Amino acid sequence: MLNSVKGMMLTLASTFQGLKKPVTREYPKQPTPVQPRFMGFPALTWDNDVDEPFCTGCMVCIRNCPTQCMSASMMDNPLNEEGKSHRRKIVDYFEINLNRCILCGICVEVCNFDAIVMSHEHEMSTYERNGDRVDLPALLDIGKKYQRETAWIPPTVLAKAKKEAEDAARAAAAENAEPAAAAQEAD
Amino acid sequence: MAEDRTGLATQAQMNAEPVEMLLNMGPQHPSTHGVFRMVLWVDGEKIVDVEPHIGYLHRGSEKLCEGEQYHQIITLFDRMDYVANFNNELVYCQAVEKLMGLAVPERAEYVRVILCELNRIASHLLYVGTIGLDAGAMTPTMFAFRGRERIQSLFEAISGARMMHNYFRIGGVKEDLPDNFEQLIAELLPLLKEDVEESDRILTFNEIFLTRLKDVGSISAEEAIDFGFTGPCLRGCGVEYDVRKAQPYSVYDRFDFDIPVGLDGDCWDRHWVRVQEMYESLKIIEQALEQIPEGEVVSSLGRRLIRPPAGEVYVRAENPRGEIAVHLVSNGTDRPYRLKVRPPSFCNLSAIKRLLYESWIADSVVILGSLDIVLGEVDR
Ligand code: SF4
Ligand code: SF4
Repeated sequence: MLNSVKGMMLTLASTFQGLKKPVTREYPKQPTPVQPRFMGFPALTWDNDVDEPFCTGCMVCIRNCPTQCMSASMMDNPLNEEGKSHRRKIVDYFEINLNRCILCGICVEVCNFDAIVMSHEHEMSTYERNGDRVDLPALLDIGKKYQRETAWIPPTVLAKAKKEAEDAARAAAAENAEPAAAAQEAD
Repeated sequence: MAEDRTGLATQAQMNAEPVEMLLNMGPQHPSTHGVFRMVLWVDGEKIVDVEPHIGYLHRGSEKLCEGEQYHQIITLFDRMDYVANFNNELVYCQAVEKLMGLAVPERAEYVRVILCELNRIASHLLYVGTIGLDAGAMTPTMFAFRGRERIQSLFEAISGARMMHNYFRIGGVKEDLPDNFEQLIAELLPLLKEDVEESDRILTFNEIFLTRLKDVGSISAEEAIDFGFTGPCLRGCGVEYDVRKAQPYSVYDRFDFDIPVGLDGDCWDRHWVRVQEMYESLKIIEQALEQIPEGEVVSSLGRRLIRPPAGEVYVRAENPRGEIAVHLVSNGTDRPYRLKVRPPSFCNLSAIKRLLYESWIADSVVILGSLDIVLGEVDR
């Protein structure tokens, strides 16, 4: 009996607590914001400086994909012949079957050209079985949207900047140390 | 013969041979925690025999591992025990590291420990929610899932995915913790403590819950060891065995924590052990956050193509469900020759026949729930 009363009190207390602050989100109307590192579907990036994709069609990502859900081919880059681009080869055809993709992010990790990103796209249900086989223009569109929304900077550029900053800091530290050492020697 | 007007069974009917009935439970039963099928032979409300059918979720993960490169296999381990992904990734990475003799940077070890313990709490919270459902309580599920959701949001901030993280690497972790990690975890831990305490307060000593779980599905320590029980199921019987203490791996020997043990080995003891483990995990996380050093998070060797030397290793670790072990045989190529997993849920589930024998049908879901199986791991 006493326990039942206790249980009742607990229920009441929880009910009032629950009234205070709801934690449920009405999902489709109220989308949940994703974290910056969120891994949505993979997408290809666009080099705004040269106006062409970063991807060279080198197929490294395809060999490393655990589900073999991508395919690609490369061609000679016409912009390179005109001297506008440093890329000798460029992607000709690219397709990812997003239904098979397991969002592991391995393709992004192995790409040497910053050409592929895990976008924040995650709502791509379709009514067809093959509705999520996306080709090059569609992938680039997703990628461009991602670049726009997150002010994307290629990771290699970031890493280079970081390394330069570190080197500069080290050089500055060494310079500071030198006069100190010289001063010590003078003493 | 006088007509029986009461509608009760006549003496003749009561003396008749008992009729056994076959009852099929699962695979699509809400309380079988996935797609587990049991065929129950029942005599009235008593279970006289059980035939478990596993394999509904069989994906051939072990065989798939033989065709994948070493760095791709981590994704398969994510999907084996899909409630404790980090713990699974850890044991695989440790196996390959041991085979290669690869040293993992300090910071990476701490990151791994923090994430594994958070994952243990998330997994136990899921268990608390489902055992509540099995015993007929809906509210604890909501509270437990709220806590689990918070952990998963943190996981998303760190690894980019809520469940299938693919974050641990052979030789470390994928990338360093995000810049706002300290703030995130400082916000999370008090809330998490509240969640654990709340689910504990609502459920563990609830009178109805106690009646449903006490002295149900008891098993003695000797029998449990014979069945190969590990984890909370074994500790519920009073055996103080935890791989984190018995054979410390990673940096677990640097933390001060206790191993909660039960007394009778019944469903309630298994439940109590899990709840206490959540508090212990919180303790470990707090200590790890204090000790975590700065530095690299992945060893430079791990970034190259992974090609361990020919040989074999057997590595074990403590999963939320028990002892998970990996037996890895390498022939010196970039893919393993054989990879065998010792899944804790599978070994714990092997006692289902013994546990359900002579119990009531209504208790069968509670007993199954108290074993806390994950079918992805049982069937692989
Ligand atoms: S995305 Fe990167 S790795 Fe894949 S084909 Fe293009 S350049 Fe190569
Ligand atoms: S995220 Fe993984 S599964 Fe998806 S395309 Fe990239 S490598 Fe393949």
